Amino acid sequence: MTDATPRPGAPAPDPDLLYSEDEEALRAAVRSLLADRCAPATVLAGLESGSAHDTGLWRALATDIGTAGLLVPEKLGGHGASAREAAVVLEELGRSVAPVPYLTSAVIAVTALLGCGDGAEVTGPLAALAAGRTIGVLALPLPTAPGAPPDLAVRAAADGTLTGRVTSVADAASAELLLVPAEGPDGPALYAVAAAAEGVRTETVTPLDLTRPLGHLAFDGARGRLLATGDRARAAVERALLTGAGLLASEQLGVAEWCLAETVRHTAGRTQFGRPVGSFQALKHRMAALWLEVASARAAARYAADALAADSPDAPVAVAVAQAYCGPVTVRAAEECVQLHGGLGMTWEHPAHLFLKRAKSDELALGSPGRHRNALGPLVGIDAP
Amino acid sequence: MTDAADLRRRTAALLAAHPPAGTDRLDFLRARFDAGLAWVHFPEGLGGLSAPRSLQSVVDAELTAAGAPDNDPGRIGIGLGMAAPTILRFGSEEQRRRWLRPLWTGEEVWCQLFSEPGAGSDLAALATRAVRDEQHASHPGEAGGDWIVDGQKVWTSSAHLARWAILIARTDPAVPKHRGISYFVCDMTDAGVEVRPLRQITGEAEFNEVFLTGVRIPDAHRLGEVGEGWKVAQTTLMNERVAIGGARIPREGGMIGVAAEDWRARPELRTHDLHQRLLTLWVEAEVARLTGERLRQQMSPTAGSGRAGAAPAPQPGPEGSGMKLAFARLAQQISGWEVEFLAEDGLAYDDWTMRRPDGVDFTGREAGYRYLRAKGNSIEGGTSEVLLNIVAERVLGLPPEPRTDKDVAWKDLPR
Repeated sequence: MTDATPRPGAPAPDPDLLYSEDEEALRAAVRSLLADRCAPATVLAGLESGSAHDTGLWRALATDIGTAGLLVPEKLGGHGASAREAAVVLEELGRSVAPVPYLTSAVIAVTALLGCGDGAEVTGPLAALAAGRTIGVLALPLPTAPGAPPDLAVRAAADGTLTGRVTSVADAASAELLLVPAEGPDGPALYAVAAAAEGVRTETVTPLDLTRPLGHLAFDGARGRLLATGDRARAAVERALLTGAGLLASEQLGVAEWCLAETVRHTAGRTQFGRPVGSFQALKHRMAALWLEVASARAAARYAADALAADSPDAPVAVAVAQAYCGPVTVRAAEECVQLHGGLGMTWEHPAHLFLKRAKSDELALGSPGRHRNALGPLVGIDAP
Repeated sequence: MTDAADLRRRTAALLAAHPPAGTDRLDFLRARFDAGLAWVHFPEGLGGLSAPRSLQSVVDAELTAAGAPDNDPGRIGIGLGMAAPTILRFGSEEQRRRWLRPLWTGEEVWCQLFSEPGAGSDLAALATRAVRDEQHASHPGEAGGDWIVDGQKVWTSSAHLARWAILIARTDPAVPKHRGISYFVCDMTDAGVEVRPLRQITGEAEFNEVFLTGVRIPDAHRLGEVGEGWKVAQTTLMNERVAIGGARIPREGGMIGVAAEDWRARPELRTHDLHQRLLTLWVEAEVARLTGERLRQQMSPTAGSGRAGAAPAPQPGPEGSGMKLAFARLAQQISGWEVEFLAEDGLAYDDWTMRRPDGVDFTGREAGYRYLRAKGNSIEGGTSEVLLNIVAERVLGLPPEPRTDKDVAWKDLPR
């Protein structure tokens, strides 16, 4: 052993893993809106209508309640809250598999813009995103993980025209503003492109998770406005991916919570062999084990949100831990939900499949659990052979 | 309200009046207890100041820095973790004053006489009998006579060192099993108490069998009402589950720290498969640490300020069962990983000699011992299967298993 062997960094000394009264009030407002507007049957019906997202629900959530501006400082048109509050919103959206571009626009795109300085080319779009007037997305494939510079599929010419194709971008079809990481003449750069601009084409994909639409973006000489270059561009994209991955854990927690609650409700009421099936140990032990995993996922997700909110040096560890843990737990919760509903869980009519599809898609989003574990190794001094 | 600054002042005063360098260890511990700095969340006069439990760390840090002696908590864990909270909650003022001080200083070691050969997971089926001796009371003037106890207990750690035991015994066999139990404090020096070592798979005898033959217990040593021992025992058991697996640990504390240090120290043994599995276990151990931390924040009385739904919960709830489940599973998986990682060294064992250790250290000795000792973690203090039932029924509210013995007098149960 050499003295240079890295040791795990210290966790933040006093993380707050609970919810404040303000956070609970925000949760109540979002939950009440979703109860009215986003019941599972409504989500199912909406998906079959073919619309990319529920625009009425988005306006109520983003603008009326004001959640789109949580991460944006007040002087830039937002509410000056933090990742902790955005995490609470995502928990609720997960519990409803709500088809709205919150993670992509209000978290990832907003965080990318916040890393680009305070020029007018940045603050204008940022204020529009914060108010929920505009939907923006970071043009990278949904599985892109933080921790390593992403492969750039788009090239920028000296005149700011972009060429290339980015696959599997979440909420691409809803987006009006595209934030495009591109390889410029002087290295990596970040550009803003209007989705409606000439030379931009969106090909929709049939996604596994219908509640989070995907699209391929093709740029053929599209004109972009330069937002940042070099290290600043790289750091803005990294911070956006890190924040997205860390807060995705809260969405996953919400998905898992719904699955567990629904499974408990169903098995407690369903009678076979003259007893509620939830009274059989073979089933109740599975649900109890799941409860423990969901409770653990909550601690992991809360720590990631708190570390991001505090800009803690431990945030990369907190996010990698939350992502390595919460993805598989949520998939298991959804799979158990389908199995313990028996034949009902296999029907299109019952919403369990919406949660299963979201859980599996979320597991791949922003880096698979294996990628996050591998990213964690060097951060905590457990190097590969 | 006692705050951190106040505790620092009190600790400084204690250190000034009893400088650790020139004070007898026991005198210092007694003075610390009397100053209310033993367990600050206990009431005044009983070693505490009714302060938030979380402030104990302030006192501990100051005392450690000053080189003050501690009460060797590993040796008196049963007393601190299980007997003390039960005595505090159910004991009379006289009982609390008699027992808590020497318990905390370690002058009197405690053990727990609960499990029996025929009552493990189904603890309430216990058969040890306590019969009233109406003719004789050890304490003159006492309303009732003494209790005469006969039976056999098992899995009793520290019985060979103990001065006192917390004991549950059947006082009424004619009612259903949960209702006929009473809770006592048993004098381990009574002539009717026989302690025999019970050797376990590690080779050592950390536990004992205890045979009780005509043991006389004065009625003044009963905790709680006659027939309500099961309720009293719940307090002990909930605290036990928090004591096993509920300790506040730093990142990489406990078994995962041992495994991570092995990984760093022995690069020649590394494989990709072991690397992937270690990272998975590291993540799970870190999440378990955070989950325990979150549970502590929820239980902390200071959680009320500025937070919703955080009413103080002075006693650990069924959620504590969840922490113990996670702790046991991780300890077993990590220690199994370690034996495998160590390859040839994993094939060797340090020592099979029969010994009677004073305490237990789950991460002590060598990999083989850790692996074998961890097997007990999912059995002791409630098996993982029973804990899953507790979580399913009390946390999730799932319907209970049909219980055929619930309304049957204990004496009529099949055995």
